[in-house]
Amino acid sequence: MSESERIGFSDIPGTLVFDGRRSRQGLALNLMSAALNSEAERESFRADEEAFMERFRLTEDQRAAVRTRDWKRMLELGGNVYFLVKIAVADGRNVPEVVAAMTGQTVEEYIDMMRAGGRNPNG
Amino acid sequence: MAEIVAGIGISHVPALTPFLASQEPLDPAERVSGAQAFFEAGEWLREQKPDVVIAVYNDHGAEMSFALVPTFVIGAAEEYPPADEGGGVDPTIPTFPGDPDLSWHIIDRVIPEGFDLTVAQQMSVDHGLWTPMRALFGAKPAEWPVRVVPIAVNVVQQPTPSARRCYELGQAIGRALQSYPDGTRIAVVGTGGMSHQLQGPRAGHINEEFDRGFLSKIVHSPEELADLTNAEYIHFAGSEGAELVMWLVMRGIMNPDVDEVLSGYHVPVSSTGAGVVAMTNR
Repeated sequence: MSESERIGFSDIPGTLVFDGRRSRQGLALNLMSAALNSEAERESFRADEEAFMERFRLTEDQRAAVRTRDWKRMLELGGNVYFLVKIAVADGRNVPEVVAAMTGQTVEEYIDMMRAGGRNPNG
Repeated sequence: MAEIVAGIGISHVPALTPFLASQEPLDPAERVSGAQAFFEAGEWLREQKPDVVIAVYNDHGAEMSFALVPTFVIGAAEEYPPADEGGGVDPTIPTFPGDPDLSWHIIDRVIPEGFDLTVAQQMSVDHGLWTPMRALFGAKPAEWPVRVVPIAVNVVQQPTPSARRCYELGQAIGRALQSYPDGTRIAVVGTGGMSHQLQGPRAGHINEEFDRGFLSKIVHSPEELADLTNAEYIHFAGSEGAELVMWLVMRGIMNPDVDEVLSGYHVPVSSTGAGVVAMTNR
C-alpha cells in the first residue's frame, strides 16, 4: 500500500479523533472532569455545579452542555469520553448511557446492539 | 540473568471483572465462548511462578490529565495504590508492590539507548492495570502475589506513539532485561483493546475479524502489526480500541520467536471485544 492510499484521520467514519485541536478546545471541561476523582470535589460539584464550572472557567457552550448532560455536545466541544464519564459517575449514571447518547440511540437500543455483537465495521 | 516466563496480551475493560465473576461458578463447558481462555491464562501464568509483572497499560484520567501527557511513563515506586477514578477507591483492590530495582535497571539502560521515558516515583494506577491483574491473579486477593513494574502509554491524545515505536520500546526493554543480574522470573502483560469505540456516531464499533487476526499476528507476525499507522488502528479497532498498540510493547520484550500457549475472544464485554493471548519465548 502506498502512503497516499493509506487511511488518514479524516477518513474514519463517525469518529472524533482526540487530537491537539480537541484537547486544547476541551481543556477546561476535561480538567473539571478530572477533578471529580476526589470525593470532596464530587461533593462540591453536586452542591453547586455553576460555581464548580466557573472555577474551571468552562466556556458558555460547555456550561450549557454540562447543565443539560448533553454528552454528544460535550464531546463536540472537546470533551474526552474517559473524562466525561466521571461527570456521569458523579451523577450516579452508568457509562452505556453516555455512549448511547452519542450515537442517538436509546440506552436499550445501544445495549441490544452490543449484545448482538456490536456495530458492524462495514456499516 | 532474569528469565521471561510469560507474555500475555489481555483486555482491561472494567466490565471484564464482573463478566469473569459471572462465568467462574459455571463448568468450563457451560461458560460462554472465549471465557474459558481467561481462566486458563490465569492458571497458566500462576504456574509459571512469576516474581514480577511488567504491566503495560494506559491511564484513563485517574493519575494523569491533559494538564500533562507523558508519552511513556515507567513506574519506579515502592508501591502503587489504586486510584479513585471518579467512583471512589475500591477497597477490595490491594496496593500493588513495586520493584524499583528492576524499574531503575530498565530506566538506566533504555533512556541512554534513546527512549526518553518519564520516571514516576509516586503514581496511582487505574483499571487499565488492575483489571488484567484481577483477571489473572484473582478479583479480590488479600495481597498481590507478584511485584509490578507499570509502564503507562499515552493512547488517548493524538499523536500517540506508533505501534512501531511501542514495539521498539519493548525490544529495548527486552535487551535491558538480559543484563538483569539475578534469576528474577518476569511476566510481561500488554493490556487494552480489543476493538471498541465509546464516542461519536460510530460508538459501539466492534471488528471481530480484525481482533481475531490481531490475536494471531501478535504471536506469529508482529511486524505486520507494527507497520499499521495510528489512523489505521482507530479505523479498524475503534478510537478506544487503538490502545491495542500497547500489546506491541509486550511483544517486543518477548523473543522474535515465541510459542502460543492459548488465546480466546468474547464479544461483547460491555462495549468491547475482549481478548486474551498467552505465549512463551522459544
